[in-house]
Amino acid sequence: MQKTAFPLGATLRYLAIALYVLFALFPIYWLIKIAVTPDRLIYTEGTQIWPSTFTLDNFVSVLFLTDFLVYFKNSMIVSLGTAFFTTLVATAAGYAFSRFHFRGKAIIIALMLITQMFPLLMIIAPIYKIMAGLRLLDSLTGLIIVYTAFNVPFATFLMQGFFDGIPKDLEEAAMIDGCTRFTALRKVIFPLTLPGLAATLGFIFTAAWSELLFALMLINSDDKMTFPVGLKTFVSKFAVDWGQMMAAGTLALIPSCLFFILIQRFLVKGLTAGAVKG
Amino acid sequence: MTAITLNSINKRFGPVHVLKDISLEFNKGEFVVLVGPSGCGKSTLLRMIAGLEPVSAGDMIFGDTRVNDLEPRDRDIAMVFQSYALYPHMDVERNLGFSLELRKRAAAEKKERTSHAAGILGLDKLLDRFPRALSGGQRQRVAMGRAIVRDPQIFLFDEPLSNLDAALRIEMRIEIAKLHRRLGTTMVYVTHDQVEAMTLADRIVVMNAGQVEQVGTPLDLYSNPANLFVAGFLGSPKMNFVAYDDPALNLPSALTNPSAQTYGIRPEHIKVTAPDKNAHLVGTIDVVERLGSDTIFYINHGADKPFVVRVPGIDRTAIGEKIGCQFQPEDLHLFDQDGQAISEHKNG
Ligand SMILES: Nc1ncnc2c1ncn2[C@@H]1O[C@H](COP(=O)(O)OP(=O)(O)O)[C@@H](O)[C@H]1O
Ligand SMILES: [Mg+2]
Repeated sequence: MQKTAFPLGATLRYLAIALYVLFALFPIYWLIKIAVTPDRLIYTEGTQIWPSTFTLDNFVSVLFLTDFLVYFKNSMIVSLGTAFFTTLVATAAGYAFSRFHFRGKAIIIALMLITQMFPLLMIIAPIYKIMAGLRLLDSLTGLIIVYTAFNVPFATFLMQGFFDGIPKDLEEAAMIDGCTRFTALRKVIFPLTLPGLAATLGFIFTAAWSELLFALMLINSDDKMTFPVGLKTFVSKFAVDWGQMMAAGTLALIPSCLFFILIQRFLVKGLTAGAVKG
Repeated sequence: MTAITLNSINKRFGPVHVLKDISLEFNKGEFVVLVGPSGCGKSTLLRMIAGLEPVSAGDMIFGDTRVNDLEPRDRDIAMVFQSYALYPHMDVERNLGFSLELRKRAAAEKKERTSHAAGILGLDKLLDRFPRALSGGQRQRVAMGRAIVRDPQIFLFDEPLSNLDAALRIEMRIEIAKLHRRLGTTMVYVTHDQVEAMTLADRIVVMNAGQVEQVGTPLDLYSNPANLFVAGFLGSPKMNFVAYDDPALNLPSALTNPSAQTYGIRPEHIKVTAPDKNAHLVGTIDVVERLGSDTIFYINHGADKPFVVRVPGIDRTAIGEKIGCQFQPEDLHLFDQDGQAISEHKNG
């Protein structure tokens, strides 16, 4: 009997994956499509899969005629800052949760979970008051602090999971081999946590990049706006400039994509495989 | 000379008292095996020797230095973990030489010592592989190699062979025995496998529920177990225990002892005879296992547990047959109501 290259089960599986990918990517496709549609065709050819004429005018005007580059730079500063500080704190906390037993550990974990339980709308007013008191309104630093505070709990659990996945034996072997706890962390645990670090960095970067609510409340001057807030300047009283908005959105996807391309080699590398087991 | 002295060592995990007043002395160059059922505290004791687990009370002494407060890296020990604990991001060569790297040894010395260890264990061709590309047996060798490169005062092993298949386990067991002969280093080896204990040890420490039951050479423990636990733990198949008032038992009065509560007899010390009045015990064969080299009979004599007999060679006596068992007086073990051996009967 001849074996078919794609037996039924595999075919169905690929079909399902293809459908899912199509579903997930369609909005992005639509974003790009509208960005390259000339303004005059946006409504007349609104439902067409691809416009009859193609233009990069929207990109040109977004880059050179709007404040897009300022928003972009601000978002970059805030997202990188948030990703860096959150990951730093979360790594230390995750390691402690994973490796040490200490008094009050359960309480701290419970408190961290509780912070994740409130809808942001509920706490935005108190946060505003606190930030005003600290004179951190309308500043990128203030935004980084708030984002870091809100992302640390989740990032900590994420990092704790990665540390839990690294056998304790490895550190102990390293400590017998001559490491202090800190050198064991640096030479053995840290290299093995790179995929986890990359995932956390990427996740937090993306979260900060697309955050709107706090940015809207805490920032009001044009030169401090992050990208999601800046997008609303494309909405004027009388019209929405869809073409430019979509072009800006397309450009805004680039950093996230680059970031994930950069870290994906750490994400896929299952480094700990083979540490244990025969 | 003593390499390690344990002086009333105790270990508590919170309210749980895991090790109770352990006092032991290990001689320099000795191969000591800690054996006992799972959960009895063997690993905990080994990890305390390694410095990975703090001592709750008591003194841990290496030579004549108290090491209770020394970090693992300052104890001059090497340990082989059950999981091997190879560094996944380093190749075999760097795994082997990592301890020397940390001690900032010259590259030439590192090279020489790693290739020496690799030579001993047949790892020469694997030096540039990563752990994930090694078989279980090869990983095990790298783990041992890492210990050898250190040239430590003391080797510690925590069930190093339990992740290997049966054939490889025997092979590595022999390698470890050879290694000990070659290096002459003090070795402390934890296992729950009594065959490993019997074959490797100069001295065995039998542990149970956080306490030491008996310490001695393998043959000493086999011939003169101090109590029911040790008697039942070492030996395969296990020693038979028969209550003093078991109706199937027919001991001549010269062999009985008024304070004996339990009689113990090893399966290999029993002779199969006719089920007549000269037999010390009579029963019917329930199950037969013919291994070729031996035949094992499980005999029903009215108690809940079968009486096990092992005779050399192939014996064709069939299931259901009634047989008698006879044993030599010196092979009989007597235990009092506390399970302690009654020693007057023993021939030392
Ligand atoms: N870190 C720990 N915390 C609490 N209890 C522990 C810890 N490590 C071991 N134990 C307990 O100590 C006992 C002995 O464990 P262990 O030394 O691993 O036994 P063994 O190696 O003989 O199987 C077990 O009952 C185990 O549950
Ligand atoms: Mg153990």
